Amino acid sequence: MTDQQARVHPYIPNAIPDVKAAMLAAVGATSVEELYADVPPSLRLTAPLDLPEPIRSEAELVRHLEGLLRRNTSTRDVISFLGAGCYPHHVPAVCDEIAGRSEFLTAYAGEPYQDHGRFQALFEYESMMGELLEMDVVNVPVYDGFQATSTALRMAGRITGRRRVLVPASMSRDKRSRILDYVRPDLDVEEVAFEPATGLLDLAALGRALGADVAGVLVENPGYLGVVEARAAEIASLAHGSGALAIGDVDPSTLGVLAPPAAWGADLACGDIQPLGIHQQFGGGNGGFIASHDDPRVVMEFPSRLFGIAPTAVPGEYGFGDVAYERTSFAVREEGKEWVGTAAALWGITAGVYLALMGPRGMQELGETMMARTRYAIARLEAVPGVRVPFSGQHHVKEFVVDLGATGQTVAAVSRALLARGIFFGKDLSTEHPALGQAALVCVTEIHAQADIDRLADDLREVLR
Amino acid sequence: MTTPPTPASPDRTIPSGSSPTLPIGPKPMPRRFHQARWDEPIIFELSTPGARGVLPPATEPGIIALVGDPAAALPPGVRRAAPPALPELAQLHVVRHYTRLSQENLGVDLNIDVGQGTCTMKYSPKVNDRFARDPRVADLHPLQDPSTVQGVLEIAWRLERLLVEISGMDRVTLQPGAGSAAIWANVSMIRAYHASRGDTARDEVVTTIFSHPSNAACAKVAGYKVITLYPDTDGYPDLDALRAAVSERTAALLITNPEDTGIFNPRIEDFVRVVHEAGGLTCYDQANANGLLGVTRARDAGFDLCHFNLHKTFSTPHACGGPGAGACGVTAELARFLPRPTVEFDGTAYRLDDDRPDSIGKIRPWYGVVPNLVRAYAWIMSLGAEGLREVAEIAVLNNNYLMQRVLEIRGLAAPFAAGRRRVEQVRYSWDQLTRETGIHSEEIGFRAADFGAHYWTSHHPFVVPEPMTLEPTESYSRADLDEYAAILRTIAEEAYADPAFVHGAPYQSTIHRIDHEPLDDPERWAVTWRAYRRKHAAADPAPAT
Repeated sequence: MTDQQARVHPYIPNAIPDVKAAMLAAVGATSVEELYADVPPSLRLTAPLDLPEPIRSEAELVRHLEGLLRRNTSTRDVISFLGAGCYPHHVPAVCDEIAGRSEFLTAYAGEPYQDHGRFQALFEYESMMGELLEMDVVNVPVYDGFQATSTALRMAGRITGRRRVLVPASMSRDKRSRILDYVRPDLDVEEVAFEPATGLLDLAALGRALGADVAGVLVENPGYLGVVEARAAEIASLAHGSGALAIGDVDPSTLGVLAPPAAWGADLACGDIQPLGIHQQFGGGNGGFIASHDDPRVVMEFPSRLFGIAPTAVPGEYGFGDVAYERTSFAVREEGKEWVGTAAALWGITAGVYLALMGPRGMQELGETMMARTRYAIARLEAVPGVRVPFSGQHHVKEFVVDLGATGQTVAAVSRALLARGIFFGKDLSTEHPALGQAALVCVTEIHAQADIDRLADDLREVLR
Repeated sequence: MTTPPTPASPDRTIPSGSSPTLPIGPKPMPRRFHQARWDEPIIFELSTPGARGVLPPATEPGIIALVGDPAAALPPGVRRAAPPALPELAQLHVVRHYTRLSQENLGVDLNIDVGQGTCTMKYSPKVNDRFARDPRVADLHPLQDPSTVQGVLEIAWRLERLLVEISGMDRVTLQPGAGSAAIWANVSMIRAYHASRGDTARDEVVTTIFSHPSNAACAKVAGYKVITLYPDTDGYPDLDALRAAVSERTAALLITNPEDTGIFNPRIEDFVRVVHEAGGLTCYDQANANGLLGVTRARDAGFDLCHFNLHKTFSTPHACGGPGAGACGVTAELARFLPRPTVEFDGTAYRLDDDRPDSIGKIRPWYGVVPNLVRAYAWIMSLGAEGLREVAEIAVLNNNYLMQRVLEIRGLAAPFAAGRRRVEQVRYSWDQLTRETGIHSEEIGFRAADFGAHYWTSHHPFVVPEPMTLEPTESYSRADLDEYAAILRTIAEEAYADPAFVHGAPYQSTIHRIDHEPLDDPERWAVTWRAYRRKHAAADPAPAT
């Protein structure tokens, strides 16, 4: 028979009864209970927590989790055209390899003398993002793109001393919700309409909204509806004319082909690094970047950590540390800029690995092939009877809107029919942006082969027949 | 042929003049260590024009035939003028560079990671990493039809039930990205609660100096004035100070317990009552919950809200500073303010509920750091109620044992609560050693690097002079704790015997002492390689031959 006493939990070495007894004796206690002397008896639980029976063997634990995971369908086993902020890109094996190195995975917040590696890897991440964005200052990642955008808007408010910010009305409703929750006490968020015919920001509406109280204008490029904001430079110029900052909210995977926000006049850039070698993870793989030029007035408004390069006592040796640490809540609590904490450092390292693998040509080829595949998908879907691509005259990189209104079918019904055929159709926009009608946001990246796109078009045609 | 005797070395653990003999001598305590030192260049310096690390798929001819090259059709100004100036490396060289950097980093898997107090550096089980990396977690899209993600939704739903029982609260959200995001979500719910009652005069939040800085900082960002309480002379949160601070303007108390000193606040129920009587809410930062699992619960002390850090208490890896994961627990009365979506179960199927009109809305894209939710679920399931209680008890026993060992070291003290037990960590003070040797706590940390050990002082401000915070968790053995204590003892002895030697540390680390001054000088700081090259072009190193 199994000796229950001998089944010491593998995660708790000092649970060995003899060791525990010896340690209690060493501290002069007769029971662990004595160590909780400061916890009032009225607050102590008198019965064990009501939890399921533990699964103490690894084999049985694997079996239990396998049973749960079996009820998920991986996007690898279907063809998925879902994007809308969480993107299906190829994750190079090297990204998984480095992100899985236990030296990185299980480390935390050590000083450079213990954890030099993460400092250098994150400095290099900042540096490669800096090249992609053509900006000199990039933060250690915050949680996600929503957080990055929210903070970029707050930074604009602090820099200008103004409280109105303008955002595109086409923006994701979830992102808008996050921004409102975060900036409410200090900023008023106002939406600027988009042109129904093109999906581009309505410049006349922007002109009317701008004024001497506007802190910043957020330019999503590409916009949430997938359209490349071809007039970004004009928007930035209009913002500057009112003394407001232009904030470029961009998808880094598009920057091999699209001009970086700095090139069209953005003062701040922000976005999410998930497309750069990080798995979708049911939406759990985000990291936010914020970037600016090296203007101390702007740099001092970053709440995030900024790892900088510094000399050591030995010539030729690179050291790293926090730039202007006194900005942060770590240094001065509520007197710091917003707040900082554990966020998404490992995804920063991973995104750095991705950019190092891709290099200049890889990023360019990625952008080119996404644009070609997306344009091909637009052409194939437009050819399906009743299907319309409302902004097809605009430039797209990896997403576009499909309008099923003329088919008489709902996106929900069509998605269900395609699901049965092993296709995850695009995001249903009918409740998020009702003005677009029965519309879906379809995402096409480098992972979608011509055959995949053909299958979507063919199956959609059959489903709609 | 005889082996020459060992020459003198700055590594004092190697006696000079010794010769190889059998039997091989005993290992010294603490062990000899040398961190990996690859002297790795910045990745841009490894670039060779034309080298490729990975190739994206080429566009099929059939696509080109139909659409040509749409990127070429982008107007100037919209199209990128020149490819980004990223480094160009063959795949092996990317792998080698990053693998070397990883070796210059100490994870829990490598060191006795009791030195990063408040961080709960426990073991993250490998089997749970396997679940997190499974394509049926890693490659799920959050907008998939619910019928195709029942497994992950069930895990989230079950994890919520587990944390409800562990905290005693009524509902839990698993969305926050980590601890500070969870604090933010709680503050936002507090704001929504008072607003829903038209109680808009409440513009103050009370916290304590030994609570995490994000409590104060999040409250400020949410629009509150922050009142920070200091401990009484015994180190306990000061009830009289609380009474003086609360009023009809108090929106909430945000408090950690035990605080970062490891001292449990025995009057915590009084704290809750005083704030409730003034009409405020009480919010429990449970970043330090590891010693309390199955011992006492947030709700039982009367709290309205609480949060856990799943990367601390519930074992998900710390990942160099995230992704972690946070979880907020609330009472039934506050549940309507939870961030959307929530996970619901109707007895047949699991679904995400986004239709929550009173919700504070979104606090992040989608639904939380899912891989870590899977890990935390698996960890709790591997332990059960008795296992969690054992985690807590051993964490507390380890802490009190380590305290006993390290307080034998000359120059070290544990201020406050004299003669009392601590929960899961202790904030120590080297004040005496600093006065007697001139060596500061921070420098002890530098020297600890020579022994392969992490070490942390404390959050700012340093209320405890020359602070050091140790938190041994349940993961470390008695031998581990003895070894860590031996490292500190050795460094303290060195400080008394030869302070100049300690002052010059580290010696066996990846790098030597950093000059931090340029990092605060806008003329010289450089957050990117491009900024470094621009500001310090003259120092651009010539390529090694």
